[in-house]
Amino acid sequence: MIRLTNIHKTYQGAQPLHVLKGINLHIKKGEFVAVMGASGSGKSTLLNILGILDSYDEGEYMLAGTPIRNLSETRAADYRNRMIGFIFQSFNLISFKNAVENVALPLFYQGVGRRKRNQLALEYLDRLGLKDWAHHYPGELSGGQKQRVAIARALITQPQIILADEPTGALDSQTSLEVMEILKDLHRQGLTIVVVTHESGVAYQTEKIVHIKDGVIERIEENLNPDANPFGIKTQMK
Amino acid sequence: MLDTLQEIYGAIMRSKMRTIATGFAVASGLFLIIVLQGAGNGVINSFEVNMGNFAFDAIHIFGGRTTKPHEGIKEGRFIQLDTRDVEMTQRTFSHYVKDVMPSLNQSGLTVSHGAQHQSATLMGVNPAWAQANAVKMVSGRFINEIDLRQKRKSVVISDVNARDLFPHGGNAVGEMLDFNGIPYTVVGIYKDNQMSNERTFYAPFTTVSVIYNRGEFINRLSMLTRHIESDSAMNRFMDEYTRASSQIHSFAPDDRQALWIWNQAESNMQMKKTQRILHTAFWILGLLTLVSGVVGVSNIMLISVKERTREFGIRRAIGARPWSIVRMVMAESVVITALFGYLGMLLGIFFCEYMDSTVGNQTMDIGVFQAQYFVNPTVDLSTCLTATVIIVIAGALAGLFPALDAVKVKPIDALRG
Repeated sequence: MIRLTNIHKTYQGAQPLHVLKGINLHIKKGEFVAVMGASGSGKSTLLNILGILDSYDEGEYMLAGTPIRNLSETRAADYRNRMIGFIFQSFNLISFKNAVENVALPLFYQGVGRRKRNQLALEYLDRLGLKDWAHHYPGELSGGQKQRVAIARALITQPQIILADEPTGALDSQTSLEVMEILKDLHRQGLTIVVVTHESGVAYQTEKIVHIKDGVIERIEENLNPDANPFGIKTQMK
Repeated sequence: MLDTLQEIYGAIMRSKMRTIATGFAVASGLFLIIVLQGAGNGVINSFEVNMGNFAFDAIHIFGGRTTKPHEGIKEGRFIQLDTRDVEMTQRTFSHYVKDVMPSLNQSGLTVSHGAQHQSATLMGVNPAWAQANAVKMVSGRFINEIDLRQKRKSVVISDVNARDLFPHGGNAVGEMLDFNGIPYTVVGIYKDNQMSNERTFYAPFTTVSVIYNRGEFINRLSMLTRHIESDSAMNRFMDEYTRASSQIHSFAPDDRQALWIWNQAESNMQMKKTQRILHTAFWILGLLTLVSGVVGVSNIMLISVKERTREFGIRRAIGARPWSIVRMVMAESVVITALFGYLGMLLGIFFCEYMDSTVGNQTMDIGVFQAQYFVNPTVDLSTCLTATVIIVIAGALAGLFPALDAVKVKPIDALRG
């Protein structure tokens, strides 16, 4: 599904910052992967490149068989819209739109009619247990609810992969658990999911943990039993 | 479409005060454009009404005296116009001349009615004369086609002469007047504009020609011109006319003294030019005001775009193309501008109507005649349409640059913003 070959990224500035120093990574369809590392390790940059939100300087990135390189903003927008579902730490919902409108927005950019996309959005909200909150605005929802709205928005276009950037970073431990359960559930349904986190409690609920340090992959750890991680998921999240 | 409007509505509702302040600038710009245009039209219209006392697009041609020898004839010869000139003008200059009016003067006559008598000049004219010289009838009618055809002895006299010749009052129309023993019937009385001293008596051209045995001769050839819009075009026309006339009367084609040309059309052109300048000046004033309004809108949009950087980042992350963001911002700008611009335009139109109903009808007595200084100070539909087009274009322009600014940043930077 995702194949990264020797990816380099340098942030230009007064002091050029070489963030990614040759990343080679292969993520197969249906895998549930965590990218783990301390802040500044380059894990967020990696996720942004995966999400075609940022460009890279060197190397090759294949997403579902499509080379992602030097895309125009319009093409990049279309790929993001159809192939990728984003889940952000800070939810990134639009504050003056209610839950249904937020969830339906990606379909608006596909040119789906109003009635149809709102109906679909309601279905997805229902699946995430938010049917009664469909017409509430983000300001009227709790953190967990907001993240579930964001997940519904990520799913509505039936993307190839879900990219989650610290999805539990702004949530308490109980809600974090719920959100991770949703992601695991999606994984069981066959979705490819990449989670970026610095919390080992989150990382060890996935199947494969990619440790990043100073812009290179330190090691890749197979986690054969995600439910029995060293920290004990039920007891300690953070 | 509905989605776009909803987006715009949402954006406007989040910054009401700012939108209203901006809208006010645009509205006042449009208001001023309309009011200035209306007032300008009022002044221009009043020109036209007041100047209606004179015929402004007439050219009068009289025979002159040659200043150059030609084909063996010495200079200093008098040129006498005749009916060949009328035919020539109609034939050769039909594009530039809409009416040709020959006239004859018979001076040195004495007109009498009972004991009243005075010296008089009879002027033989045709019906178009009245319109071309803005002759205003007080009662009766002017010389008509039947008078002309039947060579009737009809006469049209001024109101001053009517008072002098019929001192006992009563309507002079239908009464007889005696011109050196020849009786004429008064068919109409015109208002003397006191612009000339000769109290002219108008009679049919054909009558004067026959009774006073003038043959084919005419004294003056008047014409109403058209399609001559500049000084140079007028000069060209006069040159051509002189050349054509020289063929009939055998004088040097470049002898401008052989014909005496009295050009009222020239002053008319001057006035039209003044009107155009006035018109343009008012447009420029209004547009400048509008420009300040539009710059205001642009500024507001710029701030709005900066504030919404993150929102645009989110939209782009989930698949909004840059163009759809640009379109959204521009649509918002156009809607704000159009809404308030239209409001300003409506207020302007109402104000013009108000001016029309108050000062629009006031007259000012300047002694010789009464003048209206403000006539119909309103704008026409085309001005409103132009203004509408301008608002929409202005709105789109005001939104364009902030919109381009909005998509210049990378989506990831926008998300962080």
